Amino acid sequence: MTIVYEKSKGLTDVPFHYCPGCTHGVIHKLVAETLVELGVLGEAIGVAPVGCSVLAYNYFNCDMQEAAHGRAPAVATGIKRALPDKVVFTYQGDGDLASIGSAEIVHAAHRAEKITTIFVNNAIYGMTGGQMAPTTLVGQKTTTSPLGRDEDLCGRPIRIAEMLATINGAKFVERVSVDTPANVRKAKKAIKRAFECQIKGEGFAIVEVLSSCPTNWGLTPVKALDWLRDNMIPYYPLGNFRDFEEGK
Amino acid sequence: MSKVLMKGNEAVGAAAIKAGCKYFFGYPITPSSEIPEYMSKALPEAGGVFLQAESEIAAINMVYGAGGAGARCMTASSSPGISLKQEGITYAAGAEIPCVIVNMMRGGPGLGSIQPGQADYFQSTRGGGNGDYRTLCYAPASIQEIVDLIIMGFDKADYYRNPVLICADGMIGQIMEAVEFKEPKKVDLPPKEWATTGTKEERKPNIINSLYLQAEALQIHNSNLEKKYKLMEENEVMYEAYGLEEAEVVLVAYGTTSRIVKTAMKQAEQKGIKVGIIRPITLWPFPYDVFNTIGNNAKGILTVEMSAGQMVDDVKIGIAGKLPVYFNGTQGGMVPTPASILADIEKIAGGTK
Ligand SMILES: Cc1ncc(C[n+]2csc(CCOP(=O)(O)OP(=O)(O)O)c2C)c(N)n1
Ligand code: SF4
Repeated sequence: MTIVYEKSKGLTDVPFHYCPGCTHGVIHKLVAETLVELGVLGEAIGVAPVGCSVLAYNYFNCDMQEAAHGRAPAVATGIKRALPDKVVFTYQGDGDLASIGSAEIVHAAHRAEKITTIFVNNAIYGMTGGQMAPTTLVGQKTTTSPLGRDEDLCGRPIRIAEMLATINGAKFVERVSVDTPANVRKAKKAIKRAFECQIKGEGFAIVEVLSSCPTNWGLTPVKALDWLRDNMIPYYPLGNFRDFEEGK
Repeated sequence: MSKVLMKGNEAVGAAAIKAGCKYFFGYPITPSSEIPEYMSKALPEAGGVFLQAESEIAAINMVYGAGGAGARCMTASSSPGISLKQEGITYAAGAEIPCVIVNMMRGGPGLGSIQPGQADYFQSTRGGGNGDYRTLCYAPASIQEIVDLIIMGFDKADYYRNPVLICADGMIGQIMEAVEFKEPKKVDLPPKEWATTGTKEERKPNIINSLYLQAEALQIHNSNLEKKYKLMEENEVMYEAYGLEEAEVVLVAYGTTSRIVKTAMKQAEQKGIKVGIIRPITLWPFPYDVFNTIGNNAKGILTVEMSAGQMVDDVKIGIAGKLPVYFNGTQGGMVPTPASILADIEKIAGGTK
């Protein structure tokens, strides 16, 4: 029998705890497959965030460190400086990266830290029960913006990819989405390139992945992907903002 | 090796390098800024990496990462900066990451002053960050001692897989003294098999973590930590004590103040008052047992600190109500004078305090 598809050996046998239809699982799979395809699984050291993916250290089949909320880029910096030949990545949500850890990510990029960041933007705090994130869309209802995000009160959502692309040390910046099979394939390509950026010693690399949170958005998994496509992509345009070879 | 004249903060850096520290992550703050300054030059020369972090929070988390990857690493700061590091210190304690953290204490609370202080005692000995954890906490009183304690501290950190605090103060950081860098004694330490160095696909992944979602699992983890802290209490207490058997008055002081009380002690003895001294070298674990060796002539204990009396609580635990405990202290960066300490000694000895 020919094997058409199997679970990546970049993932452990531990079942994901993610809600049904949550795209964190898809993104894990892409990262794990990339590590295997690039032949660096044994050299990889991941840093897990605080957020729904806090247990990522149980799922990736490589050495992992769990970081305090938002501090993953600093922890990854310490690891990478101590072990410059290893492949170090952070996996972070939008509350983790765009809010409490905004200084750490900006300065990791600024130092051109040779790490790869997978930034999962689901426009909400998933783990703590659906509060507003810096990435929550204007008008989007959350448990701490019950009438919808008010621009006057809390500003417009932060576009992290665009912001980091202004920083010289960020050598690869791309925003992708996992709402359709075609976009998942593009996401995989970007993640691969972001790891290649590190392996080639170019500097900081980040992939912002638009992701769904059916549970806290109060939508079915399919409707959640529709909502992502209809509401998030227009505000968070997909595409590459910087690539080390094109010198963008 | 011969002695060299060195400023305290620079000696901190030199001692760390002597101890095999390869990574320093820091953020400048008076009166400890000469530590990152020294490291920025000396550490690369010694084959290591100095990195100026964007904040104390980032610096301690870099230490967490590098320490978790098995490296000997250090950070240093002064009081407000150490407050910011508390998040990382509790995480490092929870995840059992060895590292050394130097605090050149200054006056507080808040921005306080830039002069020496000792008011971070509670923060250093009671945890500081959230949760049930302890850190070995050394209080050097001279530049030679800070050098020796840092060199030893790296070994203790590795041995126990625990953060180690060096609680000095701005005075120790800023003065110059002659110091000798002895070759560190070889200590048998377990290999860091737990470190995240890459599996090479030959072993199971190592995980550095302080999260235990199941309450029972966290309880087990915490009781294992407690066992480790118990071992530290049994084996790591350090102090200097003399004259306790004959003493009419016992002085308790650490760090810079312990040097001042020695002057007051000499002056008191010229006046015929017998004075004993207890100088804790470890603030945690605290040398409670030595208080049992105080003789029957003692009329009282005088604790001297550059704080509002934070160590007094520990002194009271040590003496367990057998003698009255008095306090002489300064705050805000002021340093106690021998004259005021002598006046208190005379009152205690004369029964008028
Ligand atoms: C210092 C600190 N503050 C707050 C929290 C609580 N907390 C846990 S997860 C989280 C938000 C995570 O949201 P995000 O990063 O968007 O990840 P998601 O859960 O959506 O995947 C917060 C606020 C914490 N653990 N630590
Ligand atoms: S709460 Fe949202 S982000 Fe978290 S696992 Fe569930 S669906 Fe995913």
